[in-house]
Amino acid sequence: MARICYKYSDGTSREVDVPAGRSVMLGATTNGLPGIDADCGGTLSCATCHVYVDPAWLERLPPPESSEADLLFGVAAEQRPTSRLSCQIVVDDTLDGLIVEVPERQF
Amino acid sequence: MSGLAIIGGSYAALNLAISARQHGYAEPIRMITDEAMAPYHRPPLSKGHLLAPCPPDALALRGEAFYAEHGIEVLLETKVLAIDPAGKLKTARRAIAFDSLAITTGARARLLNLPGCELDGVVTLRSWADAEAIRQRLPDIENVVIIGAGFIGLELAASFRKLGKTVTVLEALPRVLARAVPQRLSTFIEAEHRLRGVDLRCNVRSVTIEGLNRRATGVVADGARCPADMIVLAVGATANSELGAPLGLVTQGAIAVDNVGRTALHHIFAAGDCTIHPNAFSGTPLRLESVQNATDQARAAGAAIAGVHAPYASVPWFWSDQYDLKLQMVGLSHGADHEIVRGSVEDRKFSVFYLKSGRLLAIDSVNSPADHMLGRRLVSQRIGVAPELIQDPQFDLRTLAKAA
Repeated sequence: MARICYKYSDGTSREVDVPAGRSVMLGATTNGLPGIDADCGGTLSCATCHVYVDPAWLERLPPPESSEADLLFGVAAEQRPTSRLSCQIVVDDTLDGLIVEVPERQF
Repeated sequence: MSGLAIIGGSYAALNLAISARQHGYAEPIRMITDEAMAPYHRPPLSKGHLLAPCPPDALALRGEAFYAEHGIEVLLETKVLAIDPAGKLKTARRAIAFDSLAITTGARARLLNLPGCELDGVVTLRSWADAEAIRQRLPDIENVVIIGAGFIGLELAASFRKLGKTVTVLEALPRVLARAVPQRLSTFIEAEHRLRGVDLRCNVRSVTIEGLNRRATGVVADGARCPADMIVLAVGATANSELGAPLGLVTQGAIAVDNVGRTALHHIFAAGDCTIHPNAFSGTPLRLESVQNATDQARAAGAAIAGVHAPYASVPWFWSDQYDLKLQMVGLSHGADHEIVRGSVEDRKFSVFYLKSGRLLAIDSVNSPADHMLGRRLVSQRIGVAPELIQDPQFDLRTLAKAA
């Protein structure tokens, strides 16, 4: 279990507890958080679960695999060095406190 | 105000509701589905879910909290029997009033009138319930015959092979995926399935299902008998358009809508698999069965219901996962006058670019998500590009996106 913080561009944020083994994407969709569309359900086909990982946390995540990196090129919002697909960030206890920023658009 | 009633409970229903709310719709929203679950991801049902079942809450498009927070009431296991265009839905239990209505009823598996198709062991796959019925039988199944080599048929073939089943696929047309992709890709995919041990037969003329004590035991295809413990009918889908027929909303078996999802009746909308719509990329009215179409069309319709004009004009895209192959398709390749392969077919990592009069119509990618993602931009802009550049592995396609 880890508490994940989702920040929004309007300055608000939401924190939810995500069980270990679940993705940051599922943490958002199952808890009713807006802004993460997740059209393909986490199968690396759509790039609509884009988030910006807080720079302090970026190094602590395993780097994106090649297909995630390929999809990131197609995200609707600006691609930044901190861009990740939240379906590929699988939660474990070490991610307690992780902060991600939800971009303004996914499509 | 009675608000918005949405008939159906899948991608189009959910995204229509979200879009209406995002565009400021403040009246009540009711989603009425005959299924036992709120909208869920369907693509995994033919793939990962059969191999390692996902718990229902992980398949859900949104958790329960989402519906509460957005003021969307979900009525489960409720079948709408008729629409009174004056503003009332008839269900078995009660009448539901509406000011605006959205028909997002999707499509159902097409059934073949084959001898024996009523036997136990003959199944189709569209819903969670269908997938559960297949999964529960898995331990008792050795031989599977799949009738139809479209996406669902082939995805199931791949899943059943991974589970160690003996798999036969029967297709009436001369090649697999004939409606979806050109010959070159069909040939590639056929070879992949045969390599993995699927007995794939095209040009099959006659099929009869045999049984014993009301259980299916095999299929006779063009005179040859294949034993089967399970027979999957995967021969396409029929739009669930019946509710619109008495209202005069049906064209070619589907609910006819304009580019914001509006039917001939001003307050009635439709989106997704059940519609026929003027697609910006086909030039002619089109039926599309895809997550992308359901989602994007519903976004336009939801906006229109909230009074915002945001027509549906997005480029069609599709995906399919079979074995270790990630197939991604963008655009509609019909009418192409040039096909150019980029990458290596041998390494199973390539894309086929389709051009017409020098402009990019479509791209089919195999294990090349970067080409596909870039392609969504390039195809939607119908960008002009020289075939030599596409073929040149040194050429960075991103240059084209930047130039556009």
